Amino acid sequence: MQKEYSGKPVFGGIAIGKVTIYHKKDSVVKREKVTDVEAEVNRYHKASDEAKEQLQQLHDKALKEVGEANAAVFEVHQMMLDDLDYQESVENIIRTQGVNAEFAVATTGDNFSEMFANMDDDYMRGRAADVKDISNRVVGILSGAGATGFTATEPSILLADDLAPSETVQLDKSLVLSFVTRHGSTNSHTAILARTMNIPALIGVDFTEDDMEGHMGIVDGYEGRFIVDPDEKVLAEYQKKKEREEEQQRLLQELKGKPNVTKDGHEINVYANIGSVKDVADVLQNDAGGIGLFRSEFLYLGCDDYPTEEQQFKAYKTVAENMAGKKVIIRTLDIGADKQVDYFRLDHEDNPAMGFRAIRICLKRPDIFKTQLRAIYRASYYGNISIMFPMIISVDEVKRIKEIIAEVKKELDDQKLPYKDCELGIMVETPAAVWMAEELAKEVDFFSIGTNDLTQYTLACDRQNPNLEDFADTHHPAVLREIEHTIKSGHKGGAWVGICGELGADTTLTETFLRMGVDELSVSPSRVLAVRNAIRNTDLSK
Amino acid sequence: MKEFKYTITDPQGIHARPAGLFVKEAAGFPCKVTVSKDGKEVDAKRILGVMSLGVKQGMEITVTCDGDKEDEAAADLEKFLKENL
Repeated sequence: MQKEYSGKPVFGGIAIGKVTIYHKKDSVVKREKVTDVEAEVNRYHKASDEAKEQLQQLHDKALKEVGEANAAVFEVHQMMLDDLDYQESVENIIRTQGVNAEFAVATTGDNFSEMFANMDDDYMRGRAADVKDISNRVVGILSGAGATGFTATEPSILLADDLAPSETVQLDKSLVLSFVTRHGSTNSHTAILARTMNIPALIGVDFTEDDMEGHMGIVDGYEGRFIVDPDEKVLAEYQKKKEREEEQQRLLQELKGKPNVTKDGHEINVYANIGSVKDVADVLQNDAGGIGLFRSEFLYLGCDDYPTEEQQFKAYKTVAENMAGKKVIIRTLDIGADKQVDYFRLDHEDNPAMGFRAIRICLKRPDIFKTQLRAIYRASYYGNISIMFPMIISVDEVKRIKEIIAEVKKELDDQKLPYKDCELGIMVETPAAVWMAEELAKEVDFFSIGTNDLTQYTLACDRQNPNLEDFADTHHPAVLREIEHTIKSGHKGGAWVGICGELGADTTLTETFLRMGVDELSVSPSRVLAVRNAIRNTDLSK
Repeated sequence: MKEFKYTITDPQGIHARPAGLFVKEAAGFPCKVTVSKDGKEVDAKRILGVMSLGVKQGMEITVTCDGDKEDEAAADLEKFLKENL
């Protein structure tokens, strides 16, 4: 029977494999009377020296495997063992109580660890585990306990209460697919190690560990799920996810930092489409060259009133700054049609796709439009922002937009607010814009072809109507011809031309678009690498 | 006896690693070295004690060197703190 647990993910990724439980060494230390206390003190010093030697070896091993930052902990451990307060405490307990070294070390460890555990600082509280760890090491040596409690023979998901830093480093990394622990914090060594090793890890998982050993398990480090004995369907689903992830990783390794150039030397830009500020992480992770479509609707959806200039400014500025000089194309609001917002108080429409939406609202209600433009222009100062307008059907619309922009700039000048001149572009998503492309290109710097709406309007197939799926052929020659015409006419008029709709990510068409002369493809972050790969495998000279 | 005050600028405060380096540095001198914060004084050559002060960014510590090579020790430790913490 499938069982599922949830936990806090500390590193993303999917792991599928057998579950192996990490058995802690028996840490119960008995208090025993000794007669020769000085011999016992010597026994302690010998064990402490051996512990330091082990730590030195662990340090060297960690340095090679997981880097200096993670290895440093063992240096600190050595110093803790050398600490005179610690040593004096152990010696004192042996001498005054006449007890065994194991007990003296364990008691000292408990006392110091409690001191850290009571400090008013998360980081220092975490150090309680370090003191416990060094004490356990010495006790282990004194009592001649065996080695690691991880007995896997094949790569496994490691289940544990919590892992001490020395335990994690002693693990054979090639046998660990993922860490799942009951305790631990995002600052714990296990978490840090998981991030260094690039493997998924969950903490705070409340599992019942008795009957899981050797069972099939799945760790989803994105959603924080730990599944034991998964159903066939769930397993298949995760296997697919994992394959996609691996392919993505492989491409990333291969393509990171390389130009998007065809075999015969033709280079274009590959950007990413995003719909909120937090998507920027995905953009950077997938090594996109910029943001080709930043949908601004998220600022308007899911709230009760118009977003203020300040709210918008902050969002745009954050994205521009995070992209550090790479291009960010912001599309002005595209409300209406399938994206309805109550406070806009739009009349009910029988055919909203062809209704009062996007730039049409902006031109009729310039106050809303101006607020957004002011926010974008103010943010432009902090990065490389371009602005793009949706649902254009005529040159006259573009001219009116430019008049409004001129007013906005004058206001900013009067207020002495800094801004940069942004490249201006339009979405080409109506047949009207396609056939006016050359004239429109003379007014703007760039086009971005929105293939979803363009297909809907060209084929007269409502995107929302599931009965039309068989008719709305995304590769319809009419749409492809329009794309070609737009690219050629755009170039004639002096604008560069990109594609930001779903079709841009269709790698069966990448070569077709390249042959048409497209300058940029903007796709969802998860498709960036696949598209770049397709470009690099294309040869236009053949 | 030499004494100086220093305010920690490192955002993480005196965490384990720099505490270890500081202790090592202090242990290199024959004189007695102490660190105190808000009246609590510890031996600067003992890492657990230094960590137990829980010094965070913006807090002021007082370092006192007393004995052999105290001038040298104070100058060296002040330089170390400025460079690392």
